[in-house]
Amino acid sequence: MRLKVGIPRGMFYFDYYFLWKKFFNNLDVDVVVSPKTNKAILNKGTELCVDEACLPIKIYHGHVDYLKDKVGYIFIPKMTSIYKKEYCCPKHLGLPDMIKHSLKDLPPIIDTQVNLRKSDANLKKFAMDVGKHFGISSRKAVKAFNEAYKEYEAYIEMLTSKVIPIDVNKRYNDMAFITNIKKERYGRKILVLGHSYNVYDHYINMDLIKKLNNRGYDVITAELIDENRAREYASKLPKRMFWTHGQRIVGGAYYLIEEKIISGIMYISAFGCGLDSVLMDLVERKAKENNIPYTLLTIDEQTGEAGINTRIEAFIDMLEWRNRDEADISTHG
Amino acid sequence: MKLTFPHMGNVYIAAKAFLEELGQKVIPPPRTSNKTLEIGTKYSQETICLPLKVMIGNFVESIEKGADTILLTGSCGPCRYGFYSVLEKHILADLGYDVDFIVLDPIGEGLDKLKKNVYKLFNSRNMKDVIEAAKLGWKLIKKADYITALSNRKRAYAVNSYEVDMIMDNYLKEVENTFGAQEMMELMDSAIEKLNKVKIKDNFTPIKIGLIGEIYTVIEPFVNLEIERKLGHMGVLVEKSLTPSIWVEHHIKSFPFGSKTERLKYELAKPYLKTAVGGHGRETVGSAVYYAKNGFDGAIQLLPLNCMPEIVAKSILPNVSKDYEFPIMTLIIDEMTGEAGYMTRLEAFIDLLKRKRRKVVNG
Repeated sequence: MRLKVGIPRGMFYFDYYFLWKKFFNNLDVDVVVSPKTNKAILNKGTELCVDEACLPIKIYHGHVDYLKDKVGYIFIPKMTSIYKKEYCCPKHLGLPDMIKHSLKDLPPIIDTQVNLRKSDANLKKFAMDVGKHFGISSRKAVKAFNEAYKEYEAYIEMLTSKVIPIDVNKRYNDMAFITNIKKERYGRKILVLGHSYNVYDHYINMDLIKKLNNRGYDVITAELIDENRAREYASKLPKRMFWTHGQRIVGGAYYLIEEKIISGIMYISAFGCGLDSVLMDLVERKAKENNIPYTLLTIDEQTGEAGINTRIEAFIDMLEWRNRDEADISTHG
Repeated sequence: MKLTFPHMGNVYIAAKAFLEELGQKVIPPPRTSNKTLEIGTKYSQETICLPLKVMIGNFVESIEKGADTILLTGSCGPCRYGFYSVLEKHILADLGYDVDFIVLDPIGEGLDKLKKNVYKLFNSRNMKDVIEAAKLGWKLIKKADYITALSNRKRAYAVNSYEVDMIMDNYLKEVENTFGAQEMMELMDSAIEKLNKVKIKDNFTPIKIGLIGEIYTVIEPFVNLEIERKLGHMGVLVEKSLTPSIWVEHHIKSFPFGSKTERLKYELAKPYLKTAVGGHGRETVGSAVYYAKNGFDGAIQLLPLNCMPEIVAKSILPNVSKDYEFPIMTLIIDEMTGEAGYMTRLEAFIDLLKRKRRKVVNG
């Protein structure tokens, strides 16, 4: 029987699932993913997790709980740093530890550290450590990882050049994409900003993207801005941005604002998110300077959908007024 | 250049004397009060953590007293403290204040920038002067911490614990009227002398509690609602896991290896948390184990609402508590914290510890 590794559908799943799945398959290991977030998973997560954590962390606890009896291993990498001299959120740094101390009767956890703060060479070590769990030689593990990474790079290129993965589930199941940024439809594009695990989890954001699409708006997310371009714009900050997510969110937003590609920004933030409390402020100031409408949707386990719908509708109404009363919009759009 | 800096417990006592010795004009902010917090909460973004809000209040109050340059230590992640300087510049600019910032970022951000800032701050272009001055600063900060620790000790044992408060209040008031290191040392010596004269109860073994958690809430008495005094009056001996001198020893004096005590805490935290999680998350877990092993009755974790590293620590602490049968209580603080509810929780926790001790003694 082939070994089974469970990957919880939360946190970095939305960034790296493609890479991880390929990697495990190359190691001859099957991958089981928990289902899309639902009420049961949310409730379980809220029950198990420490009260003060943010919504995505709580939901992640629920996903792990779902998987724990169904697989031989659960993959919860410790994402300390994914770029040189940069960090992830402290809760990412402690995620496997939080899980281990909050849940009981867990199968073995693969909590290998990903730490590229000093050097990218640690990626090799990561591959070898994961391979060890399955008794696979270092050489073979590194080869498996490199092959997976090549395919992942091709996917990233696709993301930033032609297409946008609006629905993560579709993106992996049938690869349905919609076309990417085109300047001529200015006025109908909204930047949905936030951490990937909030933007792409439909349960967390209450289908925000579909709702915007139904009102006839295209959606852009920070992931489809070329990384180098985002970094270039983020480097305009007075201080070096030391969070990789921050580079992407602030850099991507600055680029889209300054180039006048978008007509509005909706920031989805989980209540209590420490990174967002800083990033939101930076983005909001820039949006204000450039006369771009901005709104914030704060979510937690108590948020009601009706209230969110009202806010979305109010925001869109406001955008339409701006469109109608020409005085407000930029002349070169 | 008229320097100011945010309040953080007794740091200003050492910092004021030290900077004056370097020939700087220093305007420390008035002691943090409800008014400070009100100003800070009004002008800071709602979602940021409490320390920034209090700092903004400190800055506004000292700018109104004439300060024009703000001194701040920096950091580069993963805790959001690293971005404080940027946010604070924005907020103060919004308010129309034209102030300079001197941010001492760690060496990793570029040695030249740090050197430039240090020379500007130290009013000197000579490394030797800087080192001499730093030695003096170290002496001052150690002494200030000693007084705080001594007062906590005396308060627990004192026949009349309010006597200690009076001595401390007097000392803190006098600090504002002294100038330079010499006068400050003399003031400190007289405070120590007075504290040592406080009458002490005989045959008394106080409950011992370790204060752990986020450094700002542990050190700044206004923010933690004077927890040291409150516990002291209940006859509890308080030890803090983090003090300014512990911080300096770890980050500056023993750079780049880190101090012995902090490394010991990492070692103790290892069975629970192997890697750093930013801020003082790992130290919190390590300190809890340390206090459990060293005969303390319990520990209290303090954190500002939504502090990321401490939330990680908090989810681990119940297991430390279980393994060592060591009570740990967590108190989360923000601008809405009410004193009465806070007091009730402290009293209940102390009652629990007293009962536990009786049970152990009586079998």
